[in-house]
Parts: sequence; structure tokens; C-alpha cells
Amino acid sequence: MEKALFLILAAVCAVAALNVVLQRNPLYSALSLIATLCSLAAIFITLQAQFIAAIQVVVYAGAIMVLFVFVIMLLNVTTAERTIDRHRYLKFLAIPFAGLLITEVFYVITRFPQAQMPTGAIGTTESIGVYLFNQYLLPFEVTSILILMAMVGAMVLARREEKGK
Amino acid sequence: MVPISWYLALSAILFTIGVVGVFVKQNAISIFMCIELMLNAVNLTLVTFSSFFNEVSGQLFVFIVMTVAAAEAAVGLAIIISIFRNRESINVDEANILKL
Amino acid sequence: MMKTELLAPIIFMPLIGAAILGIWGKHWSEKLIGAIACSTVGISTVLSFYLVFAKLLVLPADGRLLTQHLFTWIKAGSFRADFAFMVDPLSAVMLLFVTFVAFWIHVFATGYMHGEDGYYRFFAYLNLFMFMMLTLILADNFLLMFVGWEGVGLCSYLLIGYYFLKDSANDAAKKAFIVNRIGDAGFVLGVMLIFLHAGTISFIDKTVDGASVDSSFARLGKLFLNADPLWVVGTMTAIALLLFVGAIGKSAQIPLFVWLPDAMAGPTPVSALIHAATMVTAGVYMVARCSPIYTKSPTAMFVVAVVGGATALLAATIAIAQWDIKKVLAYSTVSQLGYMFLACGAGGFSAGIFHVFTHSFFKALLFLGAGSIIIGMHHEQDLRFMGGLKKYMPKTFWTVAMGWLAISGVPLFSGFFSKDDILYRTFSSSSLPSPWGAVLWVAGVATAGLTAIYMTRLVVLAFFGDERYRPHHEEGAHEVKAAHGHEESEATEDRAAYAHRLIPRESPANMWIPLVVLAVLSVAGGWIGISEGLTGGRIPNAFEHFLEPAIAKPVAISGELTVSAEHAESHTLELALTGLSAIIGIGGILIGWSWFKGRPLWQPPSLLENKYWVDEVYNRLFVEPIKSISTEFFWKVFDVKIIDGAVNGAAWLVSGMGDVLRLIQVGFTRVYAALILAGALVVIGYFLIGLNR
Repeated sequence: MEKALFLILAAVCAVAALNVVLQRNPLYSALSLIATLCSLAAIFITLQAQFIAAIQVVVYAGAIMVLFVFVIMLLNVTTAERTIDRHRYLKFLAIPFAGLLITEVFYVITRFPQAQMPTGAIGTTESIGVYLFNQYLLPFEVTSILILMAMVGAMVLARREEKGK
Repeated sequence: MVPISWYLALSAILFTIGVVGVFVKQNAISIFMCIELMLNAVNLTLVTFSSFFNEVSGQLFVFIVMTVAAAEAAVGLAIIISIFRNRESINVDEANILKL
Repeated sequence: MMKTELLAPIIFMPLIGAAILGIWGKHWSEKLIGAIACSTVGISTVLSFYLVFAKLLVLPADGRLLTQHLFTWIKAGSFRADFAFMVDPLSAVMLLFVTFVAFWIHVFATGYMHGEDGYYRFFAYLNLFMFMMLTLILADNFLLMFVGWEGVGLCSYLLIGYYFLKDSANDAAKKAFIVNRIGDAGFVLGVMLIFLHAGTISFIDKTVDGASVDSSFARLGKLFLNADPLWVVGTMTAIALLLFVGAIGKSAQIPLFVWLPDAMAGPTPVSALIHAATMVTAGVYMVARCSPIYTKSPTAMFVVAVVGGATALLAATIAIAQWDIKKVLAYSTVSQLGYMFLACGAGGFSAGIFHVFTHSFFKALLFLGAGSIIIGMHHEQDLRFMGGLKKYMPKTFWTVAMGWLAISGVPLFSGFFSKDDILYRTFSSSSLPSPWGAVLWVAGVATAGLTAIYMTRLVVLAFFGDERYRPHHEEGAHEVKAAHGHEESEATEDRAAYAHRLIPRESPANMWIPLVVLAVLSVAGGWIGISEGLTGGRIPNAFEHFLEPAIAKPVAISGELTVSAEHAESHTLELALTGLSAIIGIGGILIGWSWFKGRPLWQPPSLLENKYWVDEVYNRLFVEPIKSISTEFFWKVFDVKIIDGAVNGAAWLVSGMGDVLRLIQVGFTRVYAALILAGALVVIGYFLIGLNR
């Protein structure tokens, strides 16, 4: 039963991811990416990581992807013009590289020892919060500084240069 | 009971698709989205390991990764906007003067 | 074995002379140069006599060995070669006559080379040659001897090519050196074999710095104790034959004798010193020194004897047919060297060395006499343009006559005793397989006869008869023209015209005094080595007794030592053979006298006059193929295509690689990303393979 659920979710996820790459219009790619992120959130829930699933939807799908869509709309990026791609061979290299990477990773995965079942005791917001504010306090604070820097940077970079100079 | 290797396989597939997407797409924003896809694949791996081995640090790592991804998305998109302002195009192939 | 300090000055005095003359001699007067050159050799001579007579002879007969160790030259693992000298009876004999004859030749050369450009260079080279020759004789191991061996070859090249503006001289010098080198290859291989089997290349047992060094001969002898005798004898044969190849080159035997006649392009004192008395005898010395090896290999002895005998006969037949006075003497030298090797091969090493000893006197005398004639005739060398010189050059005539009688084997002269000793030992040799002793004896006797004939021819053509250099002598001019045919008549007319102004003159004192000294020795030098069989032991053979401890006894084919067994039983045989040689010698003179007196310009068969076309054959067989291989293959294919191709190809490869690597730098980010991915795949793959193991 759980396997069937997982398979459905995994299929949705993979197909949507493939669609991200295959679509030429970046807006459609963005929408596919949102679908991928949401199905990933569902998979997180099957792994009993509720907190992560929640913030995945809220932050990733809700904030980052919205930002992406805003920028796409702002730049008015439509379907890419049919420019002459001087490196068309890269498209053909994609399959072998992908195949090779998959093979290597599967090679490792199939040798993995079986682990215990997820208990769910650690996925709750409470437990994450406990660890976050005790052992991992420093990364937490540093992350906030990081976000501050990102904000400042984004504002500086995206500012219009008409004033002054 | 879903075996751990299935989750890891899904993660691998997502990562591969993201990697391939990076060097197949010509649009800068599309490339960025594929990078986000890769990050998500890694997030899935981390969460998988954390729940199967009962380690919370995996999920905390995911928390940090998401934060950093958000910051990075903001800055990256700002860069893309400023490049677009200079060139009127976000075709990655046209930014080809980084060579000897 | 005792130590001495005298060997170093003996050897190094000529080197000092050579250095002084070479560096500063260019602007000195001829008198000063000549004085320095002769005095260095003179000091060596005096010291040699002192060393041998005052120091060596006082030692007991089986302990006559003086050594001097200068420094350890090479010591690598078990290989040891010291810069050390030794004097034993064999090297004492060589030392005495080499220095003595060389001194008188130096004196002669001060007169002969008068007025030549590069006077100082000549004497510098001559002194250098003496240094090398003395190193060769007095070395106490094979490697140092080889240094001297090569050194005399070098000096021979320098001196033959002394008139370096003449192409013929340069070609002759190169030929001498190259043919010598062919022999040296064999010599070096022989020395290597000796080291391989004996572990040492020293001639004597000695102790250096507390380490004892065995004689290589002793070690080789010990091989018989442990190994299969057939194999040991085979090894000895191989070593002996390889060493003999070196002797063939150095001492001009068949097939490497072709350099010696051409070497006559050098000044006559060079021919006298190097190509008569000293360098060419180095081969015989080496064979005698290695007699412990030769006596253990009957095959090698046989080869040596046959080569010697064949060379003696062949060269004598060519000598009869030569017109140039120096070429006659050159082939005569080759022939006499053949005698020496014949003696050694037959087991009579002391007879061979005795002939070396006497030969040096009379051959040097003959060459110096020829030099005196050449100078007196204003550099005319062709016998056809001489004649009747007896009344103009009496001193030259009488001294050359002594040499003539000595080489022809007239009884009581030195050559008679040495040649007769050789012939007797060849005939009665028990180390040669049975008919060969007699066969080689016949060859030797025939050679003796021919020697007497051609030497008489030389004397008659030069000193007697009509003065053919005067063109107004009708018979002389007509004879010359008729004898040569018309194609040479222009050259002969030129020469006859030139000779018209010619009046032969006797040579100055510094040239005829050495002739007299050598003439005295040609007569009397043999008296110390009279074979005891002849006199029934009444006159002791001082020479042979002196040499005995230094030379190994030959082993008979049946395996027993031939001590004095044959002396006792065939006393009469020896007398008979001696009588026969005397008759041959005197008979040859008489035949030559009567034949050539009347027919001085007798035309010899063209096969002999053209020396059996040996040079032409060698040219076709060896020189031309090598030249064409060098041109067609080594130059055009190997050098141009392979070596130049490799060098150019390396450059092309580098630039090609650069062209390929340039493609990575495209500037497109996507390509860079793809490359990063490719690299990452490789690294992951590498670790996965490690994981599998």
C-alpha cells in the first residue's frame, strides 16, 4: 500500500522534473518545477518528516518559485528564439552522461544495507525545534545573517542605475 | 514498507535530470531552475537518511539548505536581471567572452 | 720482486720532451730542438742500460723482476688496472734495443729533416711515440699495455701524416689508423675474455696497498684444475686468437698488412723507427708476453705459425717487384715479421724475440740507409732512377751492405743466427701437427731465398750499374723509356730532366754515424744468441737463457713438454739445416747479383708489381659497400627520415596537441559545465572501482 503510494508520487515527481527540462517556455518549466516540489513534499510526509514537508511547500514552492515566476514575467522571457546553437552536440551528450551518472549511483545504492523503519519521532516540529535551538543554534543565527546579506545584495544588484551616474 | 533504495533511486533520477538540464538549456533562468531541482534531489536524500537512521541532523541540514537556496535564488535572479538590462537577452550562449 | 724508481724517468723523459717541444718548440732553432729530442731519448737509453745491467742482472735468474707502482688507476669492483710498470727479462730485451735504436734514429732524423717545415712538430711526435712505446713495453697489466698500444697507433697516424699537405700522406695515415683499429677490436675482446675468466688483467703477482693481485696467466692456468679441459683449451684458443687479431693489425700480417706499404708516405726516420724497429714488433712482444696462454692452445699456435709463414712468403714475393726503395723495405718488414710469428707459433718464442732484436738493427739500418740515399739523391725514391751510387756515397754503401748481408742470412752476421734459429725450430717443432712443421719450413726457406734475392736487387739497382738518373746516358734514357712503355714517358722525361742537374752527395755526419753504429750491431748483435746446438754448447746462448724465465715452454702435441729433448738428439739435424740456410742465403745473393747486374730494369710480373691487387680487392669488398650503405641507407634513410623525422615529429606532436587542447577553451558556460560533469563522472567511476575491490 505504501509502496503504491510512493510509486505514484515518485512518478509524478519524475515526470514533472523531466518536463522542467523539456519545456522551452521557462514559465511552463517553472510550473512543472512547482509540481515537482509539491510531490516531493508529499514524499517527505511519507518519510514522516512533517516539518520539512511543510516548509518545503511554504518556502520553496511558495516563495522561491513565486520569485522565479515574477522574474520571468518581469523579463518577459518568452519561448527562446530559434538561435543557431553552436553546441548542439551537448544535447546529444546528455543521454550518455545521464546514463553514466545513473549507473554509477545505482551501483552504490543497490549495495546499501537495509536500515530500520522510520519511527517518526524525529520529524516533528517540536523535535526539530529542540535541536535547532540547542545544538545547532550557531548555524541558525548565521543563516539569518546570510539572508540579510542576500537581501542587501539583491537590492543592490537589481537597482536601476538611472539616478545619479 | 518502502525500501530505502527506492527513495535514493528517485533522488538520483531527479539529480540526473537536473544535471542534464544545466547544460542542455540555453535560457539562464531555466538553468537556474534545474539547479534548484538538483538541490531538491539532495534534500530528498538527506531526509531519507535522516529518517531511516533516526538522525535529526539530516533534517536540520535540509532546513539550512533551503534557507541558503532561497538566498541564492534571490541573488542569482538579481544578477540575471542586471545582465538582462545590459544585453537584452538572457541566452547563456551569448555570454561567451570568458575565454583566452 | 723488487721495487725500483728508475722506470718512471725512463718512460716520462720522452713525454717531457714532447711536451716541451710541442708547446714552445715552434720558434726554436733546429739545433736546440734536435738537442732536446735526442737528449730525452738518450737519457732514457742510459737509464735503461743502467737499470738492466746494474739492477736486473744482479738478481737471481728466476727472480728477475723489477716493478714500480705509480698510482692506482682504475679500481672498480674486482677489476683493477694500475698505472704501474715492470721489467722482466722479456721487457728488458725490448727496452734495451728500443731505446738504443730510437736514440740513433733521432740523431739521424736531425740531419734528415733539416730544412723541413714543422721540424719541432716532428720531434715532438717522435718523442711522444717513444713515451707510448715505452708504456707498452713496460706496462704491468693489459689495460696499460693497451694504452701504449693505442698511443703508438696514434703517433703512427700523426707521423705518417706529417706531410699533411699531401693527400697521399693523409690517406695513408688514416688507412694505418683504421686498419690498426680493426685489429684492436680483437685485442680488446681478448682482454675482456681474459678478465671474464681470470678476474684480473695483471701480468704478474703483486701486492698493492695490502691487497694481493694475481697474475692473469696464473689464474687462467688454474682453470684447468676445475673445469673440463676441452672447454678450457677452447677458451684459451679464443683468447689467444682474439689477441692475435690485434697483433695482425699492429704487426701487419695477412690480412691487415695493407697499411704498412702505404705508411711509407711518412718521413723515412718514421719508417725506420716505427715501421721497422719498434711499433710493428709490439705484436710479437705481446704474443711472447702471452706465451703462457698460447702454449696451452695448439690451435692458436698453429694459426699463428701459418699466418706468419704465409705472410712471410707473400710479402717476399711482392718485395721483388717493387720499384720504390722504401716499398721494398716495407714489404721486407712485413715478411720478416711473418718470420717472427712463425717462430712464436712453432714454439720458439725466444727465437722470435731474438729475430725481433736483430731485425731492429739491420732493418733500421736499411731504412736509414735508404733515407740517406733519398736525401743524397734530392728526394728521389724510385730505384729506376738510381744506380752507381757507390762511388758517391761510400759510407752509406758500406753500412747498407752490412745490413744487406745480415738480412740475407750470410753466416756470422746477426740475421743468420736469428733466422736460422727460427727455421730450425719450425722444422723440428713438436707443437705443430706433423707435416706442417716441414711445410712451413719450406715456406721459410723459400722466403729466405727470396729475401736474399730482392735485397741484392735493391743494392745492385741503387749502388751499382749505370747512373740511370743521368739522361744523357743513352742507354739509361732508352732503357727507362723502353721499360715503361709510352704512357709514362712524359713523367720520366720530366724526372730525367730534373735529375740532369743532380749530383748525389754523401750525407752529413749526423746521418752516417748512426748508420755505422747500426752496422756494427747488425754484424755483431747476433753473437749473443748463437744457438747452442751449433756449437755443441761451447758458446752459451746468453740470449735464450736470459729470456727463459719470462716465456712459457710450448707443449708438444702429444702432451709432453719439449724441454731440451730435441737439442740432444738432433744436433746433427740442426747443423744440416744451418748449412742449408747458409747455402740458401749466399746462393740467393749470387743469383740476385748475376741476374740484376745485367738487367736492372727487369720488369716483374704485373701481379706481383701490383701487390696481388690486394688494395683493390679490399676496396671492392669492404670500402665500396660501406660507402654505399652509408650514403644510401644511413644518410638518406636513417638520418633524413628517421632521426630528422623524429625531431620534427616531436615538434609537430606538440603543436598538434596544442591545437587539440585549444578546443577546450570555448568560452561557453554550458560546455564548461558539461566538462565539469564529465570530470566528475570519471572521478566517481574511479572510486566505484575502488569500492568494488
